[in-house]
Amino acid sequence: MMQLPPEVWQAVLLSLKVASVATVVMFPLALWVAHLLARGQFRGRVALSALVHLPLVLPPVVTGYFLLIAFGVQGPIGGFLADFGIVLAFRWTGAVLAAAVMGFPLMVRAFQQAIEAVDPKVEQAAATLGAKRFARFRLITLPLMKNGLIAGCVLAFAKALGEFGATITFVASIPGQTQTIPSAIYAFLQVPGAEGAVAWLVGMSCVLAVGAVALSEWLIRRGRRA
Amino acid sequence: MISVAFQHHLGQLPFDVRFEAPAGVTALFGPSGAGKSTTLKVIAGLESPKTGMVTIAGKTLLDTERGVNLRPEARGLGVVFQEPRLFSHMSVRRNLLFGAGFRKGGTLGLDEVAGLLGISALLDRDCPSLSGGEAQRVAIGRALLSAPHALILDEPLASLDQSRKSEILPYLARLRDHLAMPMLLVTHDLNDVAQLADYMVLMDTGRTIASGPVTDILADPVVAPRLGIAQMGAVITGQLNAHFDDGLSQLNCAGGTLLVPLTDDPLGTRYKLRVLAKDITISLSQPKDVSALNTWPAIVRAIRRGDGPGALVTLECGGDMLLARLTKRSLDGLELREGQACWAMLKTMSMAPAQIGA
Repeated sequence: MMQLPPEVWQAVLLSLKVASVATVVMFPLALWVAHLLARGQFRGRVALSALVHLPLVLPPVVTGYFLLIAFGVQGPIGGFLADFGIVLAFRWTGAVLAAAVMGFPLMVRAFQQAIEAVDPKVEQAAATLGAKRFARFRLITLPLMKNGLIAGCVLAFAKALGEFGATITFVASIPGQTQTIPSAIYAFLQVPGAEGAVAWLVGMSCVLAVGAVALSEWLIRRGRRA
Repeated sequence: MISVAFQHHLGQLPFDVRFEAPAGVTALFGPSGAGKSTTLKVIAGLESPKTGMVTIAGKTLLDTERGVNLRPEARGLGVVFQEPRLFSHMSVRRNLLFGAGFRKGGTLGLDEVAGLLGISALLDRDCPSLSGGEAQRVAIGRALLSAPHALILDEPLASLDQSRKSEILPYLARLRDHLAMPMLLVTHDLNDVAQLADYMVLMDTGRTIASGPVTDILADPVVAPRLGIAQMGAVITGQLNAHFDDGLSQLNCAGGTLLVPLTDDPLGTRYKLRVLAKDITISLSQPKDVSALNTWPAIVRAIRRGDGPGALVTLECGGDMLLARLTKRSLDGLELREGQACWAMLKTMSMAPAQIGA
């Protein structure tokens, strides 16, 4: 078996870390925004929807550029955070932010569809039985949208694993720090004789992606049986 | 005691609803589109009227003048909708106990309610596996177990076919007899009213037209035409006292004995009977040589001449009120007046007794 450069495993572990943290961090926010879009009656609903979906239609490099402008150490938000010692640009945490922003619309869409599929009449029935707004959401809406929650998380996780354009623009591709699987593949493709590493990383991408889908299928099936 | 008064606009239809219902079962009756369901939504807090007031058992749920408008979850009502609206991700047991987690102090236990509704064997089933009638019974139990001050039911039988309906009706009658809770039942079926309700509120096009005890309303010649000609008929009670070999059974009623098609219920069973107005004929002398078997002495209490060829006559028979429908021509031929003594003939085969709490 050939000797693999250490960057290969670093990239795999970092990708898993970035994608997992990004999924966990965006979950509550996506749930809140999805609920606003599905059930909210307020002005600016369309504008909010457009803003959420923007990363889906913009070129990822452009999204990365905006992140760099806003969250760079000189940027308005980045500068503010830097005062507290929090730096995102060119750090793994920045990769998390880029992955979260890019995966966010996918997660919100899945959650929003799941909420819309829950019959408000059933929530109404829960209200007449004494359940207040939050209890209704926790005990009725959330469990009924379980499959949508799983699907949204898997989509966002897979998107985060594969995110390249915004990530490389915002945090570059520093081995061991910000070099995720896609940026590692891109980097190794520039190096003569690294075809083995490329093949490993490509194979790993496929395994992770298929694994995530299989896990979600299993969770959904298990939920149906129970 | 349920007291409701509100004004509201829903699309083109202006609402002006006001009624008071005593303890017991009150039917909110009227054709589709009369505003029954909207009235129920206002009571349950699922719809907010412009102005109005709702009090139940001394508790103010809505008073727009004083700015009181309790949320549905704070109203303490058990609501049963047209569809069961069960929580499909929970077992029957968890559905039933859902409300008890939020409202304490319920006097009914799970076993008692499950027994009353005949759902004890279903407790560990999944909701999607229930039949329509079973699911609706679970929904009624779920409402009862949420420690409600009153039970309000929005056509709980409407989504069921006739056989499922007759499966649920006896359970509702049992609830009425076993619980002290006021029940408000929305329905457009006069048979449900006759079988279940003590008091009724009549609605049409967003307005309450009349309210009163069921026996009075159904025998009222002014109100009755609102129920539809085919539906008109008073409600009387009777007790089974004999079975005969020729396929008939005899009931004791306030006005006399009544022969009806044979039932297999034990002697002593009490019935509510709906006597349709078209099945009663009036005679001035005691009838002989007629095929109708049931003839009762009666006194004319009210007469109402319709716009068409028909007229309605309210007859008092030993304290019970009957409503008869005849033509104006017969009315004039008999020269009927209020206070006049006469004989009422009831067709035997048209009696369809609806059993109530044995």
